[in-house]
Amino acid sequence: MENMISLTIDGVAVEVPAGTSVLEAARMAGVHIPTLCYMKDLNAIGACRMCVVDTGARALQAACVLPAADKMVVKTNTPAIRKYRKTLLELVLSAHDKKCLTCVRSTNCELQKLCRELGVEDGDAFKGVQNVYKVDDVSPSIVRDNNKCILCRRCVAACAKVQKVGVIGPVMRGFKTAIEAPWGLKLNDMACINCGQCINVCPVGALHEKDDTAKVWAALGDPTKHVVVQPAPAVRAALGEEFGLPMGTSVTGKMATALKRMGFDKVFDTDFGADLTIMEEANELVERISNGGVLPMITSCSPGWIKFCETYYPDFIPNLSSCKSPHEMVGAMVKSYYAKKAGIDPKDIVVVSVMPCTAKKFEAARPELGHDGMADVDIVITTRELARMIKEAGINFNALPDGDFDSLMGESTGAAVIFGATGGVMEAALRTAYETLTGETLANVDFHGVRGTEGIKEATVNIGGKDVNVAVASSTGMAAKLLDSVKAGEKNYTFIEVMACPGGCVNGGGQPIVDADTRAEVDVRATRAKALYNEDAEKPLRKSHENGEIKAIYADFLGQPGSHVAHELLHTHYTKREKYTD
Amino acid sequence: MDNYRAHVLVCGGTGCSSSGSATLIERFHEKIAENHLEKEVKVVRTGCFGLCEAGPVVIIYPDGTFYSRVKPDDVEEIVTEHLLKGRKVEHLVYVDHATREQNAEKKLEDITFYKHQHRIALRNCGVIDPENIDEYLAMDGYKALEKALTQMTREEVIDEILKSGLRGRGGGGFPTGLKWKFTYQSQADQKYVACNADEGDPGAFMDRSILEGDPHAIIEAMAIAGYAIGASQGYIYVRAEYPIAVKRLSIAIEQARDYGLLGKNIFETGFDFDLNIRLGAGAFVCGEETALMHSIEGKRGEPTARPPFPAVKGLFDKPTMLNNVETYANVAQIILHGAEWFAAMGTEKSKGTKVFALGGKINNTGLVEIPMGTPLRTIIYDIGGGCPNGKKFKAVQTGGPSGGCLPESLLDTPVDYDNLIAAGSMMGSGGMIVMDEDNCMVDIARFYLDFIVDESCGKCAPCRIGTKRMKEILDRIVEGKGEEGDIEKLERLAETIKATALCGLGNTAPNPVLSTLRFFRDEYEAHIKEKRCPAHHCKSLLQYKIDPAKCRGCTACARVCPADAITGTVKNPHVIDPSKCLKCGSCMEKCRFGAISRE
Amino acid sequence: MKSLAELEAIRKATINRINLRTEDDSTTTRVVVGMATCGIAAGARPVMLAFMDEIAKRQLSNVTVSQTGCIGMCRLEPMVDVIVPGQDKVTYVHVKPEMVERIVDDHIIHGHPVHEFTIGANE
Repeated sequence: MENMISLTIDGVAVEVPAGTSVLEAARMAGVHIPTLCYMKDLNAIGACRMCVVDTGARALQAACVLPAADKMVVKTNTPAIRKYRKTLLELVLSAHDKKCLTCVRSTNCELQKLCRELGVEDGDAFKGVQNVYKVDDVSPSIVRDNNKCILCRRCVAACAKVQKVGVIGPVMRGFKTAIEAPWGLKLNDMACINCGQCINVCPVGALHEKDDTAKVWAALGDPTKHVVVQPAPAVRAALGEEFGLPMGTSVTGKMATALKRMGFDKVFDTDFGADLTIMEEANELVERISNGGVLPMITSCSPGWIKFCETYYPDFIPNLSSCKSPHEMVGAMVKSYYAKKAGIDPKDIVVVSVMPCTAKKFEAARPELGHDGMADVDIVITTRELARMIKEAGINFNALPDGDFDSLMGESTGAAVIFGATGGVMEAALRTAYETLTGETLANVDFHGVRGTEGIKEATVNIGGKDVNVAVASSTGMAAKLLDSVKAGEKNYTFIEVMACPGGCVNGGGQPIVDADTRAEVDVRATRAKALYNEDAEKPLRKSHENGEIKAIYADFLGQPGSHVAHELLHTHYTKREKYTD
Repeated sequence: MDNYRAHVLVCGGTGCSSSGSATLIERFHEKIAENHLEKEVKVVRTGCFGLCEAGPVVIIYPDGTFYSRVKPDDVEEIVTEHLLKGRKVEHLVYVDHATREQNAEKKLEDITFYKHQHRIALRNCGVIDPENIDEYLAMDGYKALEKALTQMTREEVIDEILKSGLRGRGGGGFPTGLKWKFTYQSQADQKYVACNADEGDPGAFMDRSILEGDPHAIIEAMAIAGYAIGASQGYIYVRAEYPIAVKRLSIAIEQARDYGLLGKNIFETGFDFDLNIRLGAGAFVCGEETALMHSIEGKRGEPTARPPFPAVKGLFDKPTMLNNVETYANVAQIILHGAEWFAAMGTEKSKGTKVFALGGKINNTGLVEIPMGTPLRTIIYDIGGGCPNGKKFKAVQTGGPSGGCLPESLLDTPVDYDNLIAAGSMMGSGGMIVMDEDNCMVDIARFYLDFIVDESCGKCAPCRIGTKRMKEILDRIVEGKGEEGDIEKLERLAETIKATALCGLGNTAPNPVLSTLRFFRDEYEAHIKEKRCPAHHCKSLLQYKIDPAKCRGCTACARVCPADAITGTVKNPHVIDPSKCLKCGSCMEKCRFGAISRE
Repeated sequence: MKSLAELEAIRKATINRINLRTEDDSTTTRVVVGMATCGIAAGARPVMLAFMDEIAKRQLSNVTVSQTGCIGMCRLEPMVDVIVPGQDKVTYVHVKPEMVERIVDDHIIHGHPVHEFTIGANE
C-alpha cells in the first residue's frame, strides 16, 4: 500500500500517493493548472513559472516541481496569480516573433492556446529588443527556429534524457540564453540522429520538420514524371488526428483515396515492404542461428536507431540486420521490378514515402540506398506534411470513401501493420521465423510478451523445443541501456528489435503533434498502437510469408529470400560515424 | 628558530596586491639585505587589513606603526629610518579621517576605523602569515577541531552552533545550526560539506579577504562541520577570479594534510575528512546553493526548485551542508569560546558580528567587522568617515543586487538581518555602498538591474525576460524618454518577478528598483515628467547654459570645449549649442565668473 | 602527521616568533635600544644583537626587542631601556655586549635590575 497524503487544492480535498507533484495532484482533484514548459514524464523543471501556486510560503511555488505534502493547502487561482500569469505570458510574447499567421504550429500552439485561455490582450505590453537568430535548416530532417523558441527545454530533455543523444542544450545565459548545439555548430554538424522527438514535444513552432511538400507538388505537376507513393504502417493510425478524428482512429482506406485524389500515379503500401522485410529478415535470422552468424541480430528498420548505432555503438554494427527498411525495399522494387513490368524508365519514376518519421528524410539520402545512381526513394514527407497537402488540395478528408492500394505492391498482412508499434517487427519476424525453423504452422500468432509501451521488453520464445531469448527496446536511450547490458555480458539475446522513438513509429518524430495537456491524460503510444493491433487482428492473413503478392514477387523476380537479386536490391551496409564533424 | 626584533607586515590582499604590494615586499627584502638586517627583521605577507582605501598598507611591529599608501620608493626610507634607526617615518603614517591626525604613535586598534570594530571572522587577517600553518596554530588554530573531536559528541557540536545563534552570512540569514542539524538527521551512505566562496555581489569582498588572510580558519570549520554532520568529504567552491585566495587555500590544504589535520583518522579519533577546491567560472547565480552544487557536479550552473533541500538531496544527490565563508570563519571561535560568548554579541535575533565591505562615496573604503546591531550611522560616519569632499549623504545600498537603497531617515537603524529587511533592503553578503547627492537613484537602480540582466542564468522566464524589460524601461527613463505609465509597468514587472522567479536571486532582483521607488519616487517622476535629473547625473537630461549677464567673453570656455559647441566673440557673451554639447562639464570647470550653470 | 603534543609545541614555538604582533603591553617586557646615529656609532647594534641572541637562547616568549631614536644623552650611548610590566623603566648606559647576559638573567628573568649598569649609578 502506497503512503497516501491528503491535501486541499482550491478547496477540493484530494488524496494522492506521497511523491506526487502538486500539479498532478491538482489534475486528480479536477483542477487545471496552466503549464508551458512542463510535459508529463519528460520535463518538470519549473522554468516558465506558469504553474505557480500559493501554498502560503514566502514566494509562490511551481506546481510541476513541488511535491504535495500532507495537509497542504494550495490556491491555484487567486487574483494575484492570474495577474502574474498574464504578465509572464506577455513577457514570453515580448521575446517571441509572434508570426502566428504563417507559423506551422498556428492553431496547434500551446503558447497561442494559453494566451487565449488566460485573456492576454496586448502582445506588445512589454515591447523590447528581441534576439534575432538565423534559422538552422541545414539538417535534412529538422528545422530549428530560435526566433520562436520559448526556452521550455522540452526538446533538450527529449534529446538528452529520453534519447541519450544530447546534441542540444542551453547556451549563453540570461536574455541571450538559446537552445543550440555547442560551439555554434549546426544540428547537422552534430551526432543528431534525426529522430525528431524534439519536434514532437515543442510547444511552439521553434522546431519543425524540413518541409518537402513543395518537391512533391512539383513532381505531381510534372507530366514527365511517374509518381509513386507509399505510406508507412504508423501513418494510418495517426493521420486522422490532423482532421479532428479521435486519437487511435485508423484511416487506411481514406488515406488511400486521398493519395489517389492528390494525383499520385500509383499508390503502393509500405506495409507490403514490411512483409518483404520480414521475408528477408527472418531468413537472415534463421541463417545466423543456423550458421553461427553474429548474434544477437538487431533490427534495422528505424533510421534514427541506425544512425545512433553507427555513432554511439559502432561495436554493434555487425549485429545489425543487413535488410533495408521497408520503404527503401519498396522504393528499390518500384525502380526495378515495377518499372520493368510497367515499361517505365526508372529515371522517370519519383518514389514518395509518407513516413511517421523525420529520420527517414535522412535515410533516403544515404548514398548506399540506391541503384545505378538513383535513390531508392526520392522524397520523404511526414504524416504532418501529408495532412497539410491534403488540406491544401482541398480534399474533405473525413468525407472520403475508403479506397484500396494499387496491386503489385499494395497487399499486406497483419504482421506488416504492427511494424508501426514497438515490438511489432519482433512479433512479425517471430511469426515467420517460427514456421521457417519448425516447418509447423503457428497456432497462436499473438506474442503478447513483446507488446506494450515499456521501454525494454524481454521474452523467451520456444521454437521447436529451443528457447530463444528476444528483447525489444524503444527510444535510443532504452536501446543504449539494453546494449550496455549485452556488452557487459549480463544479458544474452538472439534477436533484438530497436525503434528509435519511444513506443515505436506510432510516436515517431513525423507524427501529428499532441500537446502537453493531452499527453498528461492519454498515452499516445498505446492509443495509436491499439489501432494497429486491431487492424492486425482483423486481417485475414497475419504472417508475412502468406502475402500473395510477396509470394508472387519471389516466384517472378527475386527467387528465394537472401538470393543474389534480393541482396542486390533489398540489403545494405553500415559505417561507423564520428560524433562531431569538423 | 630565528627570533626577529621587528616584523614588517605587508598586506597581500587583493586590494593592496593590485596597488603594488608585491613590489613592496621585494623592495623590503632588498633594502633589508642591503642594511644587513635579515636576521633581525622579518617581512610577512598577510591577508587584508580591511582599510583598503589606504593601501598598500604596511604595519611594523612591535611598534604597531601603520603606514599607508606606501610606494616602492618609500621602502628605503622606512628601512633606513624606522628599522635601522628606530625613527618612524612620520609623513607616511596613516592619516585618521575622523580625527585628521597623523600620529605615528597611534596603534592600529586606536585608529577610528578600527576602534568600533570587533574582529572575529577577520581576527587573523593582517596578523598572521596565511601561508604558514604554524602561525595559524599559534593563534589557537585547530584547537577547536581538537576540542570537537576529542571532547564533544557530534550532537554537542551542533547544539553549540545552534545555541550561538549564528546565521548564514551569505545573505539569507538561515540559522546555521539548523542547517547542520537537518543534514545530520539525513540518512545516507555519503554526505558532503561545502563552502560557498563564490562571492559575487558588486563591491563585496569579505569572503575573499578571509580566504586570503586566514584560509585555515575555513578548513578547520569545515572539518568540524564534517564531523558534526557525518561527512568525510568537503568541497570549497571558489571563483577562479580569486587567484590569491585559491593559491593560499591550496597551500593551506596541503599543509593541513601534512600535519594530519585533514585526511584519515584525524587526531587518532577515527574521523576522516578531506577537502577539494572547485573553481567557479564567476557566474553570480552560482552563489545560489542549488546552482553552486550543479556547477560542482560539472553541470550548467542553474538553480533547481527546492524542496528537495540540499540537506536531503544535494551534491551528487547526497545530503549536503553548504555554508558561506564568513559563516565558517565564526565556527572555530564558537566551539572554542562557547555559544554564550558568541550569543552575548549582537541583537536579539542576529548574534555575533558581521563583516561589511564599505564602498562608494565614503572616505574609508574597506572591510569592517562590527557587532550586529551597530547603527548604520556609526558604520558610515564613525568607521567610514562619511562622504568625501563634504558632499551630502543620500543613500546607502546594502545587500548587493538583492538589496535596496536606504535613505538618510533610516540611518539610525541598527544593522541586523530583520531590521534591514523591514527597512526594505537586506543584509546580503555585506556589501555597503554609499551614495551622495551626486548619485541619481534611478541610475543606481539601473546599475544593479544591469548586473542582474547580465548575470541571470536564463532558466526561468520572469528573471530572464522580466529583468531585461525593466532595464529597458530604466534606460528609457534616464535617457529622458520615460513615459507616463512606466513606473506602473516597473512595479507590475517587479511584483511578478518577485513573486514568481525560480530562485532567491530572481525573487530579490527587483529590490533595488522597488526600494528606490519607495524612497526616491520623486526622482523617477522628475525624470519622466519634467525630463530632469535632480542629481544632475543623467547626461541626456542635462543642459549647460551661459548666463549672458555674467559672461565676460573671455573665450576660456570655447577654447576648452572638445566639441566646438561654444561660440562667441571676445568680450561678448558666449552661447552653447545644445545639439553639439557633449555635457562633459569642462566649460563649467573652466569659467572663472560662474557664468555657466547646468540643470 | 602531527600528534596533539607536537601541535602544542608548534603553537608555543610560533607564538614566540610572532608575539611582538600580538602580545599586549601588560605582559610583555620591552627592551628598547637607542639606535640613532649616536647610538649606532657607540656600538648599539652589537648590543641589540646580543639581546636578541640571549632572548632566543633562553626561549623567552614575552620579551620584545625594539629600537628607538636619540633621547638626547648621546654621551651615555649605547643606552638600553628595559621595561618590565608593572615596574619602573630602568635605563642602562654604556652597554656592551658582554653585559647583556647579566641584564637578561638578573633583570628580565629574575626581576632584579643590575644597578651598577644603570643611569643612576653612572651619572
